[in-house]
Amino acid sequence: MKNQSVKNNIDWISVFIYISLVILGWLNIYSSSLLSTEGTYQKQLIFIGCTIPLIFVVLFVDGKFYEKYASIIFGVSLLSLAGLFLFGKTIAGQRCWYAIGSFTIQPSEFAKAATSLALAKYLSDTQINLKDVNRQVQALAIVFLPVLLILPQPDPGSALIYSIFIVVLYREGLPSWYVWTGFITILLFVLTLVLEPYAVILIALGVLIIIHFKGRAVDRNILLSGILLAIISAFVLSVDYVFDNIFKQHHRDRFNILLGKTVDMKGIGYNTNQSEIAIGSGGWIGKGFLEGTQTKGGFVPEQHTDYIFTTVGEEWGFAGSLVVIILFVGLFLRVIYLAERQKTKFSRVYGYCVAGILFTHFFVNIAMVIGIFPTIGVPLPFFSYGGSGLWGFTILLFIFLKMDANKVNEW
Amino acid sequence: MRKVLLPSLIIIAASLLVMRVFYLQIVDDSFKLKSENNAIKKQYDYPERGYIYDRNGKLLVANQASYDIMVIPREIKENLNINEFCTLLNITKEDYDKRIAKAKVYSPRLPSVFLSQLNKNEFAAFQEKIRKYEGFYFQKRSLRDYEVDYGANIFGFITQVTEGLIAKNPYYNSGDLIGQQGVEQSYEEILRGIKGVKYIQKDKYNREIGSYKEGKYDTIAVAGEDINLTIDAELQKYGEELMINKRGGIVAIEPKTGEILALVTAPSYDPGILVGRQRSKNYTLLYHDSIAKPLYDRGLLAEYPPGSPFKILTGLVALQEGVINEQTTFMCHHGFSYGRGRFMKCHGFGPHQLHNGIYNSCNTYFAQAYMLTINKYNNPGKAVDVWSDHVKSFGLGQFMGYDLPIGKKGNVPTSKTYKKIYPNGGWRSTTIVSNAIGQGEVLMTPIQLANMMATVANQGYYYTPHIIKKIEGKKIDAKFTTKHETTIDKKYFPPVISGLFDVYNMGTAHALRVEGIDICGKTGTAENYAKIDGVRTKLKDHSIFVAFAPKDNPKIAIAIMIENGGFGATVAGPIASLMIEKYLRKKITRNDLEIRVLNKSLASEYAKLGGMTEASAIESTPKDSVMKAKIVKPKAEIKNIPVDTTKEN
Repeated sequence: MKNQSVKNNIDWISVFIYISLVILGWLNIYSSSLLSTEGTYQKQLIFIGCTIPLIFVVLFVDGKFYEKYASIIFGVSLLSLAGLFLFGKTIAGQRCWYAIGSFTIQPSEFAKAATSLALAKYLSDTQINLKDVNRQVQALAIVFLPVLLILPQPDPGSALIYSIFIVVLYREGLPSWYVWTGFITILLFVLTLVLEPYAVILIALGVLIIIHFKGRAVDRNILLSGILLAIISAFVLSVDYVFDNIFKQHHRDRFNILLGKTVDMKGIGYNTNQSEIAIGSGGWIGKGFLEGTQTKGGFVPEQHTDYIFTTVGEEWGFAGSLVVIILFVGLFLRVIYLAERQKTKFSRVYGYCVAGILFTHFFVNIAMVIGIFPTIGVPLPFFSYGGSGLWGFTILLFIFLKMDANKVNEW
Repeated sequence: MRKVLLPSLIIIAASLLVMRVFYLQIVDDSFKLKSENNAIKKQYDYPERGYIYDRNGKLLVANQASYDIMVIPREIKENLNINEFCTLLNITKEDYDKRIAKAKVYSPRLPSVFLSQLNKNEFAAFQEKIRKYEGFYFQKRSLRDYEVDYGANIFGFITQVTEGLIAKNPYYNSGDLIGQQGVEQSYEEILRGIKGVKYIQKDKYNREIGSYKEGKYDTIAVAGEDINLTIDAELQKYGEELMINKRGGIVAIEPKTGEILALVTAPSYDPGILVGRQRSKNYTLLYHDSIAKPLYDRGLLAEYPPGSPFKILTGLVALQEGVINEQTTFMCHHGFSYGRGRFMKCHGFGPHQLHNGIYNSCNTYFAQAYMLTINKYNNPGKAVDVWSDHVKSFGLGQFMGYDLPIGKKGNVPTSKTYKKIYPNGGWRSTTIVSNAIGQGEVLMTPIQLANMMATVANQGYYYTPHIIKKIEGKKIDAKFTTKHETTIDKKYFPPVISGLFDVYNMGTAHALRVEGIDICGKTGTAENYAKIDGVRTKLKDHSIFVAFAPKDNPKIAIAIMIENGGFGATVAGPIASLMIEKYLRKKITRNDLEIRVLNKSLASEYAKLGGMTEASAIESTPKDSVMKAKIVKPKAEIKNIPVDTTKEN
């Protein structure tokens, strides 16, 4: 009976997009690792095979299970992250993995789903009002706990993903100034790196003066504007200081490449340069499957993991890139649409988290590959090589599809 | 409203990505080319380097085959038998690991040199098995093969280009060879030729599948051209033999053409040691020898106060300015007083005219002549500038423009120099009188001294000294066939030359005569000081000698500088006589001189310098000379040669 209901009620559009992305991902991994002797595409095939039982388990678990045990799942996930500091395996300077024999697993890939469940559970209480400062603090604490454990691994890429939870909280009533603050912070950060800090402070002063005279009478508070300017100035100067004095050279370089300040194509600029060449040489329809010279020449490092989109760009061209981007965007919008029609707040919040997390990965990854975002290690969901990532994203998505399929029963 | 934020973000972000991808793939088409470049391999064909001959066509530098073992790190197979591999190449396992690591740092997918410059024998055993070792291949190179064991400073050497040069000059790639120092550097472009390049298309499996676009862009290598130097191999060899156990430089020039006949620096080294696998070890040894400095070409770089040979110019300028004539007489009382209680010592005594002034090297005579020159004008500044221009017309105080890559300007003071030293003015002819005898601010290199003698021999003109005689099928630079006239009228030269001739007949070089050859010459001595244990100590003088011969129709002008050699006629003088006889007669009659010079070792003198660098050890700065003039401590030459020479024996 249950099987019947899931089969009938599951959102086949999402499942179809999911399957398309996984298959396209594997084809590109196959192409980029054809010449490698490490058995990359064979292993990925095994990982994909493993998702089938995984999906069945996720779908057959009782729909109430996730809500009921969200806190426990979250707790276990936090423990698994904390345990890395004791039992973790260090690969390339990052302590992100548990090693069982030759098999490694990355708990941070699963923590995202756990955090989403915990946040959804917390917000599902109808008593919770995010206008209340205490509630804001508690909700943000749920988000920041895993971040605190992930940052020191160090895995800034995974930690960055959690910033999207602000948008989810905003949907559930978090005051808008959180979003504005976040937005302005990012803007100031980028401006400070591009311009001189004093120029940025002058611009801020100009904007504040305009707001003061053009804005509504309520906003004409000299004291508030003054404090705001002081905070902005302090932030701008500290960004400048941190960038010049606390960042390591390789951190600075990652930003400088984007800002066009460093041109060292053999050193730090190599990855971005080569991935741009690979994508840029694709043209309208690409060089064809298995025909990418950049891909075959092995010029793009980490091509089967973080840089998998370069293979899409080179071998499938603009057409292929557009198809992949549309598939992803379609999935995100579909999940948001499904989330909005959920009957429980729990599943709505969770759905939002799913869309947000997948979207952030998608954007940060492709933006990095095409050279508009600093080099930061974030996988492309369903595409990039790696078992933990694939399974983490699959679980994340299918828990939501299960909730969505269950909604009928809730009537 | 709150529902709209995430979908809007998604749509905006996705549009941004699509726009950027569109820009990369459709708008900017430079990436296609770059990707083709990645997939195209360039294979270079290095032409043989041109040979180097001497002025008589004797082969000095040829080529030999050598082999570089190249590696592409990521193509090395895991089952490589490293032990066997290392045994064949005669390297250790650690060495192997180090070299592979270095290659990986450069690039795991691009070839880099694993082991360079193997000779035929070293390579033979390896060649049979190289097919077994995937990721390794060899590149044939041509290396220098030196036919002679002298002339290292003239030839320079071949080395791998530096990263800095690759960035500056697009012709060179990593691992390319380039000439450094000597003619290998100054005639690099002629000797090296132009390397050919083949573009090879690679398929998606990184295999080579033939030439790119039917070889449309391929170029054929152009062989390097042979050159003839102006060097006389026999003279060069003889000069280097004479300089054994001494430090210093010899420059010999053919006055009529400006051709450099010999350019000796001592100590030197066998050019052959900078070839092959021992190259870098040997180079390091030479480079770090900061005491003897075998890589420092003293003939071109050593700047010293010229001492007495400079009196030739003092006399010529005074004649040209009309302040003296041949009959002008100055009395010498073992020196003379000038200014307020100052005294310049001299070994001479009695009346001196220009003629005996030169052959006795009388300080008094030339000091007086110089002061008259400076006092001719009301303003000493103007006078010094007039004098300075005369002197500079002999090639002093400037890079002369010869075709070797190194040099020093020397120094000729002008009014500006003294304005700096005496900002409040008040300097007069007496203040700077030590210039008269080459002890003031004047500094000269041996090649400038030789050129000065060539100019005197030519009675008023010189050609820029040069070392290139002939380039296969090309003319040499026109600047080497352009006459430089001095500001001294021709008529003033014969009396000076006659004085220089009597230096050998009656003067300071009396004992150095070569029967049947009329030599004109002049001894000289340069004071020098060293800091030994922090104390400024006067060391034995540098020995200087300049000469040309024969007196009529001169064939060779020569300058010799021997560090710490003492009085000019003791070491430098005999070498000048021997070199001149060797060049003009091709044999030696003054065997006594030859034996004396060959046996002469200054090692004990140099030992005093200890572990110091020559640069800190030798300081004969212009300022000191000015001070010396003030404190009345003029330069005196040793009086009498026969005594001195026997003493040396």
